[in-house]
Amino acid sequence: MSDIKITIIDREGEAHLVDAPTDMNMNLMEVIRSHELAPEGTIGICGGMAMCASCQCYMLNKEHLLPEKGYEEEDMLDQAFFVQDNSRLSCQIPITKELEGLEVKISPYNAD
Amino acid sequence: MLIIGAGPTGLFAVFEAGLLKLKCHLIDALPQPGGQCSEIYPKKPIYDIPAFPEILAGDLVDNLMEQIKPFEPGFTLGERAETIEKLEDGSFIVTTSEGTKHQAPVVVIAGGLGSFEPRKPPIPNIAKYENNGVSYMIREPEDFRDKRVVIAGGGDSALDWAIYLSEVASEVSLVHRRNEFRGALDSVEKVSELSKIGKINLITEAEVVGLKGDNKLESVVIRHGGSASEEEIKETDHFIPLFGLSPKLGPIANWGLEIEKNAIKVDNSYDYQTNIPGIYAIGDVNTYPGKLKLILCGFHEAAIMCQSAYQRIYPDKKYVMKYTTVSGVNGFDGSKKEAKREVVKSIN
Repeated sequence: MSDIKITIIDREGEAHLVDAPTDMNMNLMEVIRSHELAPEGTIGICGGMAMCASCQCYMLNKEHLLPEKGYEEEDMLDQAFFVQDNSRLSCQIPITKELEGLEVKISPYNAD
Repeated sequence: MLIIGAGPTGLFAVFEAGLLKLKCHLIDALPQPGGQCSEIYPKKPIYDIPAFPEILAGDLVDNLMEQIKPFEPGFTLGERAETIEKLEDGSFIVTTSEGTKHQAPVVVIAGGLGSFEPRKPPIPNIAKYENNGVSYMIREPEDFRDKRVVIAGGGDSALDWAIYLSEVASEVSLVHRRNEFRGALDSVEKVSELSKIGKINLITEAEVVGLKGDNKLESVVIRHGGSASEEEIKETDHFIPLFGLSPKLGPIANWGLEIEKNAIKVDNSYDYQTNIPGIYAIGDVNTYPGKLKLILCGFHEAAIMCQSAYQRIYPDKKYVMKYTTVSGVNGFDGSKKEAKREVVKSIN
């Protein structure tokens, strides 16, 4: 077992301290979904290919430890709404030991 | 059979139905078959299609189209299934967004994540101006002749339409959140050229955050650099936000089907029928305990669903499982193989 602790603030503003495994090839979007912190169909719609932006999160700390944005992520964030300087697509963030103590907030979902 | 959704699951359902000599017609909101595989990730490799160690999503669709060719399915593309009506004889009429009507004894929803629709920016009163100054797609460019147009977005469609409309509209403004564009290089260069000669009014590091007008759109509020203090009101006749497409369950959600977690509930893995007898849901659009949203599961569901649909359409015929290794793709007709048995001679 090599879990790390991550704080995820859901769309209602409630903070959840969750365990995230570093040895299961998971990304942050999958962690959010596995803990059901956003309704199905409103997050990770494309399955994690950086092609829908529904998993956009704001990184509240440790931004410098995250992998750089790839072309597809930049492209999607370019078309997404509610984008801030600390916006990332959580499907593009693999869970690694360095992210122990990470704090993120899920961006609003644009139902339209 | 009427199949709503021409993604991989819907296409494979045509094959399975074809083996049972059931004719199929597909409806899809996208202008081409293939669903997400064609629209979102045609060049992405898929690794979990049985017997294909690796196949591009676009090639998978091409192969499926080839596989169903002998069954000559009909296609209504670029139209969204809007309403459904159940007739007294138990059959259904589905009407599309363009008013096309199709009648069939069985309706199969293979709609994946839903129909792909333009992403609408979160501007509070935007709905008020829809079709009254706000358009999410351009059907008839001539509608914009000699009009003032504000386009928002930074992708290919925003760039391409800005270029096109610069020859049609009296004034074209292109508003984009960033200073750089991610569209095709020649489009980016062309927009830059047109901006220099004053044919396109390029407004970058800015967003349209508000719309104004009494009965129709009269102006947009443009916020510069994310600061609320730097807002500009720009008079315009049209606002065209072009932020790509995203899937929505759409009108199907109002068909009286049981919906759970943004998906259509079916009766477990028995035959994937919904709470309305005669309407089935297969592939990513359905949910049941143990559901896996995988293309290969959609294929399996298509096969199971077809034998149930066959029994529904031909209650008096007996269904017999056949292998394509034995019958090829010509399938069978239950009436031929399973005539009623009668005792012609009793053996004592």
